[in-house]
Amino acid sequence: MNGLEDLYREIILDHYRSPRNRGELESPPAQRVEGFNPLCGDEVVVYVQVDGDRVTDIRIAGQGCSISQSSASLMSAAVKGKTVAEARDLIRTFKAMMQVHEASLEGDGGEAEAVDPEALGELAALQGVVKFPVRIKCATLSWNTLTQGLDEAEAG
Amino acid sequence: MAELTVEETAPAALAPLDVAALKPDFPVLNQEVHGRRLVYLDSAASSQHPRAVLEAMDRYYETTHANVHRGVYALAEEADRLYEDARRSVGRFIGAPDPTTEVIFTKNATESVNLVAASWGRKHLHEGDVVLLTEMEHHANLVPWLMLAEEQGVELRWLGVGDDYRLDLAELEELVTGVKLVACSAMSNVLGTITPFAEIAAVAHRAGALVLADGAQSVPHLPTDVQAMGCDFLVFSGHKMLGPTGIGVLWARRELLEEMPPFLGGGGMIRDVRRDGFTTNELPWKFEAGTPPIAEAVGLGAAVRYLEAIGMDRVRAHEVELTAYAQGALAGRFGEKVTIFGPEGTDGRGGVLSLAFGDVHPHDLAQVLDQSGVCVRAGHHCAKPLMRRLGVNATARASLYLYNDEEDVDALVDALAEADTLFG
Repeated sequence: MNGLEDLYREIILDHYRSPRNRGELESPPAQRVEGFNPLCGDEVVVYVQVDGDRVTDIRIAGQGCSISQSSASLMSAAVKGKTVAEARDLIRTFKAMMQVHEASLEGDGGEAEAVDPEALGELAALQGVVKFPVRIKCATLSWNTLTQGLDEAEAG
Repeated sequence: MAELTVEETAPAALAPLDVAALKPDFPVLNQEVHGRRLVYLDSAASSQHPRAVLEAMDRYYETTHANVHRGVYALAEEADRLYEDARRSVGRFIGAPDPTTEVIFTKNATESVNLVAASWGRKHLHEGDVVLLTEMEHHANLVPWLMLAEEQGVELRWLGVGDDYRLDLAELEELVTGVKLVACSAMSNVLGTITPFAEIAAVAHRAGALVLADGAQSVPHLPTDVQAMGCDFLVFSGHKMLGPTGIGVLWARRELLEEMPPFLGGGGMIRDVRRDGFTTNELPWKFEAGTPPIAEAVGLGAAVRYLEAIGMDRVRAHEVELTAYAQGALAGRFGEKVTIFGPEGTDGRGGVLSLAFGDVHPHDLAQVLDQSGVCVRAGHHCAKPLMRRLGVNATARASLYLYNDEEDVDALVDALAEADTLFG
């Protein structure tokens, strides 16, 4: 099972088995955005409630693999209560972590944005995903969907 | 050429396949991944190649390559001969009455369906005309017809899949009324279900419909006879039957091909070109525009000769036995934790095992299995309407071929047990 424990950390399995902020929000007022991974058929629905400049509530629905579901759960816990700007920073940092592998594969790893795992807290558990390039899309699905939700909320 | 003829190597009738002796023919299988023996259980997606196929293609490039149908020099004549030999081999393999005119080389089964839809379909299907499909079709035999539905207002009807994972034939008589074409898989790439194609063809023909068989899964694994099946069209891919990628086949009855308009236009498919028009070449070249995949055709020819030398009856018998072993091993070890989406037993089903395993997502399952060297496919297998019918987003699919043995199935079962430990 070498290598697998990097992917399936205990925190990830915990969020997969007991997902946080699972459910729906009334939309409107919340934004409801769907994300699909056409390769595996996974789908995520992100409900995000933005009041003023703050993400006051978030719910996750849909179904998918342990990586996509735990990533969505960890994301929901991380952004709830944050300002929209902080949430966007977090999205940027998380996606930079997910890009490290692709960059280093191309031999220009030095150009990848340096990521401080401290800034990511529990989310750093998903770092192991970069060793499994096919799964990166699973991990980033909910984050891309949230970005769309925040864009729509701001466009209002 | 050192190749043995079919007669020289044909074994006694239905002697069991000696997989241990046959495995070394497949160089790719002789390797480790993640420190474990490679166990390849994804042949329904693409199969591996025996040396005979690789060497035939190497030999072609090393000694023969030239463009076909154009040169008068010896090298080009030899390329021509090899290309047309491959056509005859493929035709013989599927029982084509007239291989030299009825076997069209395409890129793959998908392109073959597109050829039929774009050529025969555009000519014969108009607003309100009906094509009957089934719920278990691969997207390759769905989307070209959906495109015609959008483009020309063709109506699509669907033959359902029963709870026994077989086609609901009770509905067939009623659904086929007024239908112009029945396009149906001969074997499902998800369920392994072998459809009673000859029976469907007979009902369709009585109703005045033509039938297209998607043989992408059946031709590599079952003896095929287009006349016994009652096919009007048969499509399949080379890379699922030990051949290379980039080559597929459309077989159709000659009368149909003769009156069908060309599909792609270009060199090779014309008799004459003038400023104001063109006339088409004779069959089969009318449907082979541009330089064809010559080495790939040669490789496919070698693949069907390899399969013929073993005997498709023996391939089928081996897969029946191995499928039964796998069904028993999975149920024995995991009981109700494992669901196999496909017919019970081995009658009318091939060696495709689409699994649900407890609550473990197929994607996670495939990942864990990979760490044990076991290659299976996770996903919707390009059959989303069927996935919706089954009520799942994805399955993990293990598929068997002639080079798999009980040891491979044991490796699958052991790897599933590891997944159980991790996610259980």
